[in-house]
Amino acid sequence: MMAPDLSVTLGTLTLPNPLIAASGCFGYGLEYEQVVDLSTLGGVVSKGLFMKERQGHPPPRIVETPAGMINAIGLQGIGVHRFVKEKLPLLNKAGARTFVNVCGTTLDEYVEVSKVLSQAEGVAAIELNISCPNIKEGGIQFGCSLTGTHDVVSAVKKATHLPVIPKLTPNVTDVASFARAAEDAGADAVSLVNTFLAMAIDVETRRPKITNVLGGLSGPAIRPIAVRMVWECYQLVKIPIIGMGGITDARDAIEFMLAGATAVQIGTQNFVDPFVWPKVLDGLKDYMTRHNVAKISDLIGTFDPTPPKPVHA
Amino acid sequence: MPPVDIDATVIANARLSRDYSVLSLAAPEVGRRTRPGQFVMVKPAGVTDPLLRRPFSVFEVLRNAAGDVTGVSILNKRAGRSTKKLYELEVGDVVSCLGPLGVPFKPVGPPVEAWMVAGGVGLAPFATLAESLAAAKAPTTLFYGARTAEELFYLDFFEKLGIKLVLTTEDGGRGVKGRVTGPLEAALKGVGPAGAMVYACGPEPMLEAVAKLAARYNQRCEVSVERVMGCGLGGCYSCVLPVKPTFAKATVGGHGDGHANLVRSCISGPVFDGAELVWE
Ligand SMILES: Cc1cc2nc3c(=O)[nH]c(=O)nc-3n(C[C@H](O)[C@H](O)[C@H](O)COP(=O)(O)O)c2cc1C
Repeated sequence: MMAPDLSVTLGTLTLPNPLIAASGCFGYGLEYEQVVDLSTLGGVVSKGLFMKERQGHPPPRIVETPAGMINAIGLQGIGVHRFVKEKLPLLNKAGARTFVNVCGTTLDEYVEVSKVLSQAEGVAAIELNISCPNIKEGGIQFGCSLTGTHDVVSAVKKATHLPVIPKLTPNVTDVASFARAAEDAGADAVSLVNTFLAMAIDVETRRPKITNVLGGLSGPAIRPIAVRMVWECYQLVKIPIIGMGGITDARDAIEFMLAGATAVQIGTQNFVDPFVWPKVLDGLKDYMTRHNVAKISDLIGTFDPTPPKPVHA
Repeated sequence: MPPVDIDATVIANARLSRDYSVLSLAAPEVGRRTRPGQFVMVKPAGVTDPLLRRPFSVFEVLRNAAGDVTGVSILNKRAGRSTKKLYELEVGDVVSCLGPLGVPFKPVGPPVEAWMVAGGVGLAPFATLAESLAAAKAPTTLFYGARTAEELFYLDFFEKLGIKLVLTTEDGGRGVKGRVTGPLEAALKGVGPAGAMVYACGPEPMLEAVAKLAARYNQRCEVSVERVMGCGLGGCYSCVLPVKPTFAKATVGGHGDGHANLVRSCISGPVFDGAELVWE
């Protein structure tokens, strides 16, 4: 049998495989160079970047919850200029396909950051972070309004030749309508989900577990909801979907692809197992062999909603 | 050298008290690479509860009778869900063990004296450091404070290495009553001309007090911090702590935080120069 074809296309972008490291869960990528060959990943998404450096929230910034974690890092970051100067050349050298997670406190900032990236060497795509639940100003106010989503996507599209991939928040009633707004505004793809707004209380002290009180829930706990949301979007939009939320292994990645994802991102699992990447890749190949699938892209959206056979005890 | 991840079998889990145990893991690769002050990220293997690993200083590098490295141990104090699960592990259970990670201590040699200052579970990084200081023949003292006499562990281990012990307990059950910083300050007042290097690990208020004392008496000081940590590799930005603007140490992997006021303690630490931290 021929080697399985793992490549996928996101608009004008072709990736050797559908596995992408999620923003904020992989540093700037370079931190993980010592444990994984970055060129073997479909792509690497940078930490969220504003125009300027950003301090983030005071620690503690994370707390573990059942099969997941809540984080409020607050987008600590080095700013786009330093990223382009210090990190991007090294990512290019490592053979990474670099997606940059772009943040903004205003529409103009999204545009300006995107312009800087358009002039840089070796950016594969822009992932527009309009969905961070942890900061007061910017981001989510675009991601939680249909017109806001439309406006920021179309403004950035006008300012760059790079593929633009807005990242959607699950903290809305109907995420598919946001995917549609992004598509209408010219988005090349959408990625979802960002984290679910959450909180955890220390019942002994009656105080919050993390400084910011509220944070975003990620990890296996959110996976079934994220799969549902990808499926809803897949039924409404034509542009490719990058799915994520609690992926730990090949089975989970395939579940997202069957629900309609063209590619997937792995976030929290990097913390659990930094050596996850070759394991998932091998698992995908194994699945393809077992199911006689020559091209992984043939799996996209092939979920069969026929009810399952009754299971008898 | 990059860290390794090992599904390590539990060789022993010696309960030292109701709260403390020494968990010994078959992880020779990790043991061979470990330098004093480095840490491992540990969780019971193959479960989602706990999901994330927890950071532990390598306590001992374990060797067999022939002297070959067989693994590492960690000093575990039962505090939350995860440490409770580790306390309850039995021989034969399997643990995911990633390491060694982080910036180690800088050991000194004679004539400089080495003063290790441990508070409670902060004893953890000092067993390996004591061994390398003993090998370097540095005159070494362990200032070791705990709540009670029952919570002063491994005293024989340090005595056998020829290390001078200065003990304190909060209830006065053994050694000097009170905090470990009391005898430390007395010693600093009489420090010899060659000077001392102070190494500290314990609760942050203790680290702050030790770092400030060392600075007041013009002695060098390294502290090992413990922050809530997500990944241990610089991926998540959870374990940050504030440093002075002058902080510019090259860090593990070379992608550190020389720029920011908040640096990641996993890759820029866990061992820091006490004079470079900002105490909140
Ligand atoms: C510690 C942490 C930091 C994150 N930072 C960002 C970020 O900077 N930008 C962003 O778009 N998403 C960020 N996310 C969200 C993830 O990229 C991802 O959407 C989410 O965690 C769900 O995937 P997972 O369950 O595989 O982690 C962060 C998540 C975590 C856990």
